[in-house]
Amino acid sequence: MKNEQFNDRNISNDYFKVDIADYPTTDWGKFKCALDRTFKLELLVGLWVVLREMFKFNTHTVKYPEEKMPIGPRYRAVHEMKRLWESDTERCIGCGLCEKICISNCIRIDTKIDENSRKEVSEYSINLGRCIFCGYCAEVCPELAIVHGGEYENASDQREHFVMYEDMLTPLDKMKAGTQSEFEGFGAITPHEEERVKKTPLAY
Amino acid sequence: MSKITINIDGKDIETQEGEYILNAARANDIYIPAICYLTRCSPTLACRICLVEADGKQVYSCNAKSKDGMQVTTSTQNIEKERRAIMEVYDVNHPLQCGVCDQSGECELQNYTLDLAIDSQNYAVPDVNREDIDWGHLHYNPGLCIVCERCVTACKDMIGDNSLKTIPRGAEALDPDYKASMPKDAYAMWNKLNKSVIGLTSGEEMLDCTSCGECAAVCPVGALVDTHFIYKTNAWELTQIPATCGHCSAGCQISYDVKHTSISDTSEKIYRVMNEWSYVSLCGAGRYGFDYQNEVQSKDEVAFANAIAAFKKADTIEFTSTITNEEALILQKLKIELGLKLVNTEAKAFQTFLNDYSEISGTKLYGNNLQNTHNSNFVISVGTAIKSDNPNARYSLNNSMTVNKGAGLYFHPVKDPIIENLAKSIITIQHAPLQEEAALYLILDLFGDKEKLPSDVVEYLASFHSEKTITVTETIKEKVIEMVKEMKVNEETGEEEEIEVEKSKIVPKKVSKEVVVDDNALLSILGVADNFMEALEKNLKKKDTFALIAGPDLYTHPNSKNLARLLGLIEKYSEFEITMIPTLTNSLGVALICELDDEKGSFTVGYNTNGDFTLSALGNGSECDLDMPAINQQEGTLTSINKRVNPTNAAIGYKGYELNDIANAFGLKAKNTIDYTVQLPLESGFEAKNFDDLPNHYDNDGSEHRGYVLNNISVNVNGDESVDKFDDTILSGTLIYLANPVRQFSDFTNKTTNLDEISGVYMSEEFLSKSDFNEGDSVRVKSQNGELVANIVSDNKILGDIILLPTFDFKINSEALFSSYRFTTASIQKV
Repeated sequence: MKNEQFNDRNISNDYFKVDIADYPTTDWGKFKCALDRTFKLELLVGLWVVLREMFKFNTHTVKYPEEKMPIGPRYRAVHEMKRLWESDTERCIGCGLCEKICISNCIRIDTKIDENSRKEVSEYSINLGRCIFCGYCAEVCPELAIVHGGEYENASDQREHFVMYEDMLTPLDKMKAGTQSEFEGFGAITPHEEERVKKTPLAY
Repeated sequence: MSKITINIDGKDIETQEGEYILNAARANDIYIPAICYLTRCSPTLACRICLVEADGKQVYSCNAKSKDGMQVTTSTQNIEKERRAIMEVYDVNHPLQCGVCDQSGECELQNYTLDLAIDSQNYAVPDVNREDIDWGHLHYNPGLCIVCERCVTACKDMIGDNSLKTIPRGAEALDPDYKASMPKDAYAMWNKLNKSVIGLTSGEEMLDCTSCGECAAVCPVGALVDTHFIYKTNAWELTQIPATCGHCSAGCQISYDVKHTSISDTSEKIYRVMNEWSYVSLCGAGRYGFDYQNEVQSKDEVAFANAIAAFKKADTIEFTSTITNEEALILQKLKIELGLKLVNTEAKAFQTFLNDYSEISGTKLYGNNLQNTHNSNFVISVGTAIKSDNPNARYSLNNSMTVNKGAGLYFHPVKDPIIENLAKSIITIQHAPLQEEAALYLILDLFGDKEKLPSDVVEYLASFHSEKTITVTETIKEKVIEMVKEMKVNEETGEEEEIEVEKSKIVPKKVSKEVVVDDNALLSILGVADNFMEALEKNLKKKDTFALIAGPDLYTHPNSKNLARLLGLIEKYSEFEITMIPTLTNSLGVALICELDDEKGSFTVGYNTNGDFTLSALGNGSECDLDMPAINQQEGTLTSINKRVNPTNAAIGYKGYELNDIANAFGLKAKNTIDYTVQLPLESGFEAKNFDDLPNHYDNDGSEHRGYVLNNISVNVNGDESVDKFDDTILSGTLIYLANPVRQFSDFTNKTTNLDEISGVYMSEEFLSKSDFNEGDSVRVKSQNGELVANIVSDNKILGDIILLPTFDFKINSEALFSSYRFTTASIQKV
């Protein structure tokens, strides 16, 4: 085992501040800053483009949020956790492969042993502020439990924006109504899968 | 053992004569798949996957010994067929839900299945119901078990508990067609596998062993799992922090596996302890006692200012040896800087003992270590409750007997069922307390070189011998000739007729005769069994490497000086090499670094022990004026029984003040505590090496690269090799002994969540049944030094009448009852 990583004592896990030039404090410095801002006319260049386009009235832009584009079934937006059709229980077995494969390190999962001696997910979170919606989690999931949904309106007022297990799980009333939809994108079973699988012999 | 050269896959490699091919290959980075073989243990031959071709013959590389000039091929078409079939068999009925298995990611079944590219299955057998079983600190899942028997082998050959065995599985027989259609070895291996699962030797429901957890560590699959770890985290999420166990003097290599506590708490948490189980075996304290960190939220400036004031006021620092070498050096420097006294009774006793020993041996340190003891074939243990003082020493004693076909002698007043059951070849001698001198004299008498030993010692030893005439009954074999009537067919007539035949027969006959034998008075003083000498003679056959383990009972013995000198004589004039068990984690380091004083002054600063001002890493629950980091929160080095200076890293962050901050306040300038590593005293055998340059790993051939080995500095001897005659005082009456149960060493082990031994007055089941005490009774134990009140705990790991008092719980101040020697007489009354 290499020890180098433990020998560097100048790193810490805490955040640190980067160097940003301070606002001018001297009178001359402030004056110079004001002059620059007032008489350099870069600001008007941008404003002129906006004004010009405003009066043309023939934009190709979709008028979001009144208008919304339809999204495809393989679109990768905020994650969903599916339930089993047979029993309505959670599909997630807590294997942690999604946590491992996540390249932006935004999934965290806590598991424990439940009263039936089974592995249970006690907490699960995705930091949407870090998530790049690459779809690896859905692809690696052996149970088709974590998939992408179509909900992309997840603006928030801070960078860390977490979605928890309960928020992602298909609500039970939706299960009762039978309206849980299967994801067709990454991780879904490809057509004619059965023909290509070598079956394990069984002695029963 | 001579060096030989063998050729594996076209590569010439050098190895020892008689080394297993598998080990030779591994040491030279040649890959041979093997599942059931454990380094340092005897081959199990369960998996058969390590097949190789040696000189044109198919052999199992784990039990085929190398011969000079051997040509080995690790892979042929037939071997590949066998291996593929074996792996397919292992995958039969093995659940495929790797996602919910704790071994996933470090599973050898996963690895080998992928390595051999098993992409389809050709075999099947009906499964039996194999529900998982709770064995207490372990969980066994027969459904995942591949019956490689590594747990059984480790428990028997390394640990010596013999708690696990294979039991019938009750499965249906294999389809007979397979016998013809399958590769031969794969079928044989499957046939055996299909008949067994792992069970407890005791037949009880719960595991009652010394709870080391080594079986779970060596399990290649998720069948045996530590109960505390089940479904806590995936192996790959953990960061491994290389470290040294801080609980006893064995200084085992461990890694603390850490991860954030939960999704909302990012502070580090230790999830488990792992070890390089091929080369080091842990005890239960090392494996399960990991969460003893002192959690401090911030630097307490008021307490720190008080500490500085206390140091200015104090004239003594009293401390225990559960500190690093660097901290010991800081204390020594503070002693010089501030003119303080350093008091540490247990390290002082060990220091004095080592000095007395070196007056004869001529070296500052004892000559042997536990690795050599593992490889010896005759081991003596004297003056130590070995299973709890240093579990690793016990493993080496056991390993030498099971794997090296060795034998052993165990001298101790406390009868110990664990030691007695290690092997048939161990003889336990229960001598009376204070008679350790007689034991050492007996060793000198039996094994010492009488021609070289000082003449007065030889004379003294001869004075114990006398001749006596005894009547022995011997069984001799006598030839008797008798006439027997037989029916025989007459060849001429073809009829049967009776004829008499002369037949000779060997008949055993008992004869009693008088013989003159040597009578050794030392034997009767030590109270050994009558047949001791015959048994010893039998055990000594074919033995050539001798090791002796001496323990803490000797250091605090009233005649410790004489004992130390006797050990010096044994080392010098017999084939025995000596290892001494340092009392606590770093007693050896402290003894080599600090100048220790005998008496306390009027104002004491205590470090991990109570003083007028107390620095403590124990945190809440103990008396503590300023918090200190525990060993799992510190960088530093620890000196082990193997005379190694082992580095350890911080597993968990620490936010408070440490000893170095106090030293800095008194003008000793160092940024980090580990800046002192390079300054450790060269004259005691330390080396001027920087902490960051110290390695902490093992090579594939098992060679240890951890820190460095202390130089065993030679000491001038004055040639005086006289030893005193032994003192024949013995302690009698109700005896108490200061020793911990297995898995407990100090308040630090007591603090951990997984080690839940109940503290109290330990009495053997045998003693309880014949006395009117009952388990749970509150009793007052009173000796001439003091008294205490505690509850009785029934302990099935000891036998006999001696009562054990533990030191691991500060609520029971056992030390107060003892003057210095670990045994004393006491009276016990119900409260």
